[in-house]
Amino acid sequence: MLSAGDMQALLLTLKLASTVTIILLFFGIPFSWWLARSHSKLTSLLTALVAMPLILPPTVLGFYLLLLLGPEGPVGKITTQLGIGLFPFTFSGLVIASIIYSLPFTVQPLVSAFEAIPGRTLEVASTLRASPIDAFFSIVLPLSKSGILTAIVLTFAHTVGEFGVILMIGGNIPGETQVVSIQIYDHVESMDYGAAHRLSLIMLVFSFVTLTLLQWIRRRRFAFVPVKSK
Amino acid sequence: MKLGYKLSKGRFNLNVELELPETGISVLYGHSGCGKTTLLRCVAGLEKEADGHFSIGNEVWDNPKTKLKPHKRAIGYVFQEPSLFSHLSVKDNLDYGIKRSIHASKESLNEAISVLGIEHLLDQKPEALSGGEAQRVGIARALALNPKILLFDEPLASLDDNRKREILPYLKRVKRQLSIPMLYVTHAAPEVAMLADHVVVMNEGRVVSSDSLAASLSNESSPLKLNGEISTVLTGQVTEIDKHWHLACLSIYDQKLWLPDAKLSIGDEVRVQILSKDIGLANSAGDASFQNVLKAEIVAINEGEHPSQAIVKAAAGEHAFMVMVTKRALANLALGVGSQVLLQVKSVAIHS
Repeated sequence: MLSAGDMQALLLTLKLASTVTIILLFFGIPFSWWLARSHSKLTSLLTALVAMPLILPPTVLGFYLLLLLGPEGPVGKITTQLGIGLFPFTFSGLVIASIIYSLPFTVQPLVSAFEAIPGRTLEVASTLRASPIDAFFSIVLPLSKSGILTAIVLTFAHTVGEFGVILMIGGNIPGETQVVSIQIYDHVESMDYGAAHRLSLIMLVFSFVTLTLLQWIRRRRFAFVPVKSK
Repeated sequence: MKLGYKLSKGRFNLNVELELPETGISVLYGHSGCGKTTLLRCVAGLEKEADGHFSIGNEVWDNPKTKLKPHKRAIGYVFQEPSLFSHLSVKDNLDYGIKRSIHASKESLNEAISVLGIEHLLDQKPEALSGGEAQRVGIARALALNPKILLFDEPLASLDDNRKREILPYLKRVKRQLSIPMLYVTHAAPEVAMLADHVVVMNEGRVVSSDSLAASLSNESSPLKLNGEISTVLTGQVTEIDKHWHLACLSIYDQKLWLPDAKLSIGDEVRVQILSKDIGLANSAGDASFQNVLKAEIVAINEGEHPSQAIVKAAAGEHAFMVMVTKRALANLALGVGSQVLLQVKSVAIHS
């Protein structure tokens, strides 16, 4: 039913979304924890910066990234000198762009989850002999479970749905940068509405499942509260 | 145990130097905002900005050079509101500290569980507990660590009166069964009367007085007032029960004090509180309606709050009673320091 090209685009999309989600979680969790707990003046500036991709047109973000990472850009020059080569129009370039683009979808749910943990809880842990790192893993992460799940689902889904940034920085190279959203655009451009329908339907179902999953995560917090014994 | 801390928070200044006994309950007593909780948090290492020193036994936790992190201190801390981890069962809440403490053991855990009577709650989640049950688990969790000192931050303040009555007997059991010192923050007079061995009165970040409960209450120049009342707190053993009249007899020195026998049995150790206004003075056995007449000697007479009043301190053996009388009564009875008197006790509050 799906052509080899469509399959390739689907797999590439999944690979991109998983890579980005894993990397963002790895850095997003400590960063969000710091953001939620710090009294530094930097936090409001950083919070604003993190939220930028939410309102910035993806093409603007893609355009600046292209300039930055391109052969004449400051980052591009460094990567060329280091022998890594240039990022635009590569899978790695897509990963970098997607990390920036999806950053708010990781950080915001995590920060809200972490902010909801009272400072008292950490003090209690410290009086029970838990070091701050220990308490982070044994108390903070388990208590933030639904926030972390929300961050994972949102980041993954948002990366899957990317279009503008990818078009700007990744172009349309099959197997390298040609993700589903670009492939659908391609099919429509070439008047192949049947193929566009098939991929679009998959995305439609995916979005619906994702949102249902999110609702389930949110409701679960209340569903398991046991009945008072007395 | 020696401690001293200095801390400034805006307009609030804490400046405290104390030496406290290494057994029993030392109560930090004062109005809210007097710094008693802050002082407790200093001992736990939770106040990062605090400067000071703390030593207990041969261990030093704070001095100008070192400041031990909270998780390195052998403390048990009971917070004002029950602070159980909601994602863990009662059992796992108890185990949390045990796993991380070098002093704790299976025995200390089992002892804590039985002292607080929470065997039947172990498999519950914190949400399923009542406020009183959750606080009992919180106390057991601190106790199970087998700490060098137990710190209580108004453990009953967030509970209603019925829950308070539910927990207090457990606190007394903890006190009876443990030889470690406890610092107990409260602004509630009944808790002082019932639990304190030593009382530190605080006001605006400073120590007003620090002495044993008996000495604080019978301080001649400024007796400690509980709920605004000068009183005497006595501890004695029940030696006799009069089943017919539902009275229990408490031996005070070589004399007897009869109380309502509320669930008491022979051998029980009982604390009673007698308000200074509930004792009358006489120079000879008079009105027979007084059940409790104790022989004593006046050791001091001081001014009361009103110019008509005097506060008489009368000693019966090792016990000092504070009595509020009018100066005219003293003059009519021709009583002065050194006089032998009879104390007529009108009513007694039992804190058993």
